[in-house]
Amino acid sequence: MTTIDHSLSVPSPRSITEPALAGKTQNMVLNMGPHHPSTHGVLRLVVELDGETVVNVAPDMGFLHTGIEKNMEYKTYQQALVMTDRTDYLAPLSNNLSYVLAVESLLQCDIPERAQTARVLLVELQRISSHLVWLGTHALDLAAMSVFLYGFREREQILDIFEMVSGARMMTSYFRVGGLAYDLPEGFFPAVKAFVDVMPARIDEYEALLTNNLIWQERTMGVGAIDSAAALQYGMTGPGLRATGVAWDIRKAMPYSGYENYTFAIPTATNGDIYDRYLVRMAEMRESVKIVAQAATRLKDMGDGPWQTADRKIAPPPKIEITQSMESLIHHFKLWTEGFKPPRGDAMVAIESPRGELATYIVSDGSPKPYRVHMRAPSFINLQALPHMAKGQLMADLVALIASLDPVLGEVDR
Amino acid sequence: MENTTISTRLQEQFGARIQRFDSHRGGDVVAYIAANDLIDVATFLRDDEEMAFTFLENLCGVDYLGRTPRFEVVYHLLSMKNRNRVCLKVGLDAVTPVVPTLTGMWQTANYQEREAYDMFGIIFTGHPSLDRILMPDDWVGFPQRKDTPLGYEEVAFTFNEDQINAHKPFAKE
Repeated sequence: MTTIDHSLSVPSPRSITEPALAGKTQNMVLNMGPHHPSTHGVLRLVVELDGETVVNVAPDMGFLHTGIEKNMEYKTYQQALVMTDRTDYLAPLSNNLSYVLAVESLLQCDIPERAQTARVLLVELQRISSHLVWLGTHALDLAAMSVFLYGFREREQILDIFEMVSGARMMTSYFRVGGLAYDLPEGFFPAVKAFVDVMPARIDEYEALLTNNLIWQERTMGVGAIDSAAALQYGMTGPGLRATGVAWDIRKAMPYSGYENYTFAIPTATNGDIYDRYLVRMAEMRESVKIVAQAATRLKDMGDGPWQTADRKIAPPPKIEITQSMESLIHHFKLWTEGFKPPRGDAMVAIESPRGELATYIVSDGSPKPYRVHMRAPSFINLQALPHMAKGQLMADLVALIASLDPVLGEVDR
Repeated sequence: MENTTISTRLQEQFGARIQRFDSHRGGDVVAYIAANDLIDVATFLRDDEEMAFTFLENLCGVDYLGRTPRFEVVYHLLSMKNRNRVCLKVGLDAVTPVVPTLTGMWQTANYQEREAYDMFGIIFTGHPSLDRILMPDDWVGFPQRKDTPLGYEEVAFTFNEDQINAHKPFAKE
């Protein structure tokens, strides 16, 4: 039996393949992915195995690298927004929000409360839809087919709402610097209400299928556990960190977009294993439904109003104004040919995306294009904890572990 | 804790070793330091009970082509206790962009330093395995440097396939 090195250091693929190629180990080195159904995208894992026990594992990524950060430097601030949709493609609105808040921090502009509330509402819907994909694929990896079908039924309802507001189901680009792209459409509130009414019972339904299911518990309880100290060392955030007992949530700790005005709890657990991560995400969905309901009430009470900032240097004037005012025409022309110019400086804004802390760091050189954009992608950073959690587990549990970390390779590779 | 307290404490502790203070547009404190002061300043910020910046939030490179120093490594430390962040910036010159690794203090620096190396060619001394992470292992150059053009892949047809392949890196083999 090989002794397993439980030190915290993060292995690279080379640190496993090189000793194996030199014949220094009797263990088997197995290549898993990049085209493997349970790696949730093009993730390659170099796994060192002793029998069926994982001795070491190193994620190898970059297969989906599209140079998004570099590309953004060649686009105006408003154009670069569409690139953010394509990083974490299961939560495009969260990426939109992180980017838009960072640019707004550069500009130091005021956003109407109506736009902020709509943002909160949609981002929470996004969290639920992202968690539903996680739940469905996680259960599917552990051979529970029906949860996937049930989850996608409710996700469809959310995507219909996104299509209603932005015209696109996935790549929404609905939040713009200065507010929203358009006003909320007719029929929005009934659709949200229909969803809020039905969702709690549906979450009960998923939980009935899994929470007390013996097979589910056997596969997840005590598997892939991590303690809070190690999780913090690896920079883990989001449900993975909260499952270890650390109640860290950017929405509560450093509120943005008016999250301080909503009542919701931060679900936590204690064991930090796959089952606890499952429990935390399920509880998060329930909390998100509550936030959506509160935001919908607030929006309704507010009535009609502006959905973007009144600063015409940032947000374009309404079409009707262009026909009447020369100045509006100039603003319109300047914005769509050149874009706006934030002052020199840099800004860093973090939000709580479905996967953890998603932060955007932007440097402005005073031109209409960002000088540098960096996204602190939670999937990328959480993946560093995978080797630590996988050591000593069975190969079959590695599949469950990847699913429980919920990485999105678009965001890992950017 | 107020942002001014952070800069005052840093000033008291390190004096002239902090080259200058700045702030993000959002208000977070930015401290410019030299590469060989990085470990000292980061250790102080992490271990001081009042400051408690125990979490390395973000690490990334920036290329200011045409400026001296050309490169900058930007560190964001987060204090979960005080719910604020501080930014450290290390300027590195164009010829030898070398900075000590933070993997000894935070394991989370591992991937992020590999990314900064991969994209900007910044060398983190003491890093356990400073390999490329997002680009292929045999990639030549550092794609996010400002003197690397955005670039594109030429579309190969039968009539120009040989011509295009002739200036690919593998053509010389």
